[in-house]
Amino acid sequence: MSAPMLEISGVSKAFGGVIANEDISITVPEGSITGLIGPNGSGKTTLFHSVVGYHPIDSGSIKFEGQEISKLRVPQIARLGMLRTFQQTRIYGEMNCVKNMLISIPHRDESIMSIFTPFPPEATEKAESLLEFVGLYSKRNLLAGELSFGQQKLLEFAMALMNEPKILLLDEPTAGINPTLINGIIDRLKKANEQLGITLFVIEHNMRVIMNLAEHIYCLAHGQLLADGPPDELRDNQLVIDAYLGAH
Amino acid sequence: MNNNMIKYIVIGIAGILAPIVFANFQVQLGFLWLMVLFALTWDTQGGQMGYNSFGNILFFGLGMYVCATVQIGLVYDVAEYTAAAGLNSGRLNGDQYLTGLALGMGAGAVVAVIVAAIIGSGILGLRGHYFAIGTLGLGIAFGEIFAGWDYVGAGSGLAPPPFPDELDFLGGRNMFFYYIFFALAVAAFFTLKKLYASRFGLAINAIRDDEDKAEAMGLRTVRYKTISWCISAFFLALAGGPLGMLVGFIDPRETAFAGITFGIWMVLMAILGGKGTIWGPVIGAVIFHVTQEIFWSFLLGWQRVAMGVLIVVIVVFFPRGIMGWLRDTWPDRYGEKIDESVPQEGAAE
Amino acid sequence: MIDNFLLLFQAPTIIVQTAIDGILIGAILALAAYGMALVWGVMNIINIVQGELVILGGYITLTVANATGIHPLWTIPISALVMYFIGYGIYKIVIHRVVDQDMFISILATFGISIILQQLMDQIFGADIQSADTGFDTWGFLDDAITLSQIHVISLVVVIVLAIFLVTYLKRSKMGRAIRATSQDARAARIMGVDTDHVYATTYALNAAICGAAGALVVMTWIIHPFLGLAYTVRSFLIVIVAGLGNMFGVIVAGLGLGAAEQYASFLLGIEFRVAFVFLLMVVILIWRNILLGKERKYLK
Repeated sequence: MSAPMLEISGVSKAFGGVIANEDISITVPEGSITGLIGPNGSGKTTLFHSVVGYHPIDSGSIKFEGQEISKLRVPQIARLGMLRTFQQTRIYGEMNCVKNMLISIPHRDESIMSIFTPFPPEATEKAESLLEFVGLYSKRNLLAGELSFGQQKLLEFAMALMNEPKILLLDEPTAGINPTLINGIIDRLKKANEQLGITLFVIEHNMRVIMNLAEHIYCLAHGQLLADGPPDELRDNQLVIDAYLGAH
Repeated sequence: MNNNMIKYIVIGIAGILAPIVFANFQVQLGFLWLMVLFALTWDTQGGQMGYNSFGNILFFGLGMYVCATVQIGLVYDVAEYTAAAGLNSGRLNGDQYLTGLALGMGAGAVVAVIVAAIIGSGILGLRGHYFAIGTLGLGIAFGEIFAGWDYVGAGSGLAPPPFPDELDFLGGRNMFFYYIFFALAVAAFFTLKKLYASRFGLAINAIRDDEDKAEAMGLRTVRYKTISWCISAFFLALAGGPLGMLVGFIDPRETAFAGITFGIWMVLMAILGGKGTIWGPVIGAVIFHVTQEIFWSFLLGWQRVAMGVLIVVIVVFFPRGIMGWLRDTWPDRYGEKIDESVPQEGAAE
Repeated sequence: MIDNFLLLFQAPTIIVQTAIDGILIGAILALAAYGMALVWGVMNIINIVQGELVILGGYITLTVANATGIHPLWTIPISALVMYFIGYGIYKIVIHRVVDQDMFISILATFGISIILQQLMDQIFGADIQSADTGFDTWGFLDDAITLSQIHVISLVVVIVLAIFLVTYLKRSKMGRAIRATSQDARAARIMGVDTDHVYATTYALNAAICGAAGALVVMTWIIHPFLGLAYTVRSFLIVIVAGLGNMFGVIVAGLGLGAAEQYASFLLGIEFRVAFVFLLMVVILIWRNILLGKERKYLK
């Protein structure tokens, strides 16, 4: 039984009068792929934002590798090893892909002197090999802003891997992607998890993808935790089915 | 690369010979290099990092006052000196002048960097237009504060010691300071060029392109922003002292913390030439300065109005500047993209 | 400075006097700030030339009063009217080209216009400090321990009248409704048939008219000078960021507050540091706001 990498306990968050998350408790074990599903408006992205530090939480605790992070700022949490990808995909538009990769190296141990020196060749090698891994090697000298949406998503993923995270929070990684390319993404996610040991916590709307990918899935509805379990159990869970079909 | 070497050599030789060949224009030429320095150091925040500062002039003014005060203070009592304003009570001999200038410039740079580091952590936390107007406020505020401070002459300004006659063998005051500005501009250019190719350069570009993303990737944005500002502060302060000496009189609002002239010109020059490039600010500075000199010669009192019109024209019609126009027109020569794409298996298209 | 501070306690009427003077001046600042908030809210433009528009309004009042000999008070509508057309002109020539662009571009553009106006006023009106002679006196209370300058009180009344007019105009008139609609959602307004360009032009012109009136009051109660504009711009900006857009009550309170704060600062630090105080106060408030937001893991947008 692996130690929990991410432990969310009793987290609640309200915006004005609207309760986005109510008393959510989720455990993401180390090295696992955990899924987060739920109909639109169920509070998935709000929960992600709370975890990575985009807004404060009203109550509860969030522990990353045993350390309380609910009061830390975004860059601090990122340097601890927790990264997230954005639903709308964010990359550095005016820089080419290689540069996007290079600046994504880990910033944990950065001395003042290293700031003024060029990047070591190992960094460029790693950048290029990761670009190769996501299939963008031939585009490496293009400006990131000129890539297609799908290519940008892959670049963002590669940048995240470059940063050597311990856990990666993915916000709808297959949204807006051509269905024929989705298998490629699932494939790469699994490889990142198995070969690089990165824990994955994934929000997904595409049921086929998340059932295929995750070992354990949590389902939110109306800001509350509805059910959780392995994909097979959740697939047949009436509550989950009703939530998506809008019975509540 | 060879192309660049030729450019540097040509400009270098032109720079060294210019004040000799055009002896009547030594002051204007000196100002030209100062403008280049202004534009380059502004672009480090504005074009490369996306932080449009209207207050960088504060470091220039600080350097100017610190340098003059140190130079005077090594020999005389500063308060007495400023109290006797205009009576030219303070002359220095050659040694004192040069030593004072060197130490003064150094002290100015140190003070400016410290101020940048301290204020930076606060003001660089502001974004976009809040940063722009906040820095504007800072720059002008410094001018107002120094204009009320009797120790440095308050509103009546400060007259640094005149250039000693015994130093005339150096070619005269104007030529001497020309070479100082030339050297500073060249130093700034090559320093920044090196930095932009390092991790620092990529980091500030990332901050410009998407600061939230940079933070989400763990980049120490505060550190980089502050370092960037300190670098500009360093060069601006170094240039401040010499300009005070060249002009011969330091007015807190017009010469030192000249927010509505130098302070905004540095923004316009970088934009005119092309923000975010290393040559853009240089080109912009040259064109801007030459235009200004032409306005001065032909329009006299109305030259400032003409400058205002020029500013509006640049902002409204040439926001991408000359480098931007070059990139749009000839992307192969000036652009950055190389697409080796041959559609591959599995590559997302 | 310490001496002045102690003086406050030795002669407590000074506290009251300073506050009253400050509040009366603050009313004019609130007026100018309201105009800036209007332009910011409707067109998303921070109008750096705001201060110069105020000063120009003052010069118009001076010129008309000196040329015709009528009392400056009657020139307020003239200033407002002339500035209305000048504002409309500025919009048509420059502003409409930068309305839908990056805010930085519009800041630079309006900064450029402010430089043009500064230098024009310098050339045309000269660099001397000027003010309008109103011939008004002061009322004295408590044996003249506390004085109320009559022109200050009159200007407060004028400001109130103008404020009521503005609010009514925006609420009741067709253009007023169009302005409010555009400020909420320009695209939606356009779809509903509102000529947004005309709305923008009118809003900008209206702001210029407000500045014209404010300038007329300034030249009567204080002084004007070609290069005093930036201080007024910063004051307006300060008030708007403290009050927030669309909060007229907040603008009034912040304006009066700033006026009082300036008076105290002027008294304690010396009049030569009055402007420095205003600029620094703005910087401090911006940074303070940002730090507070930072605690909630946010920043000023």
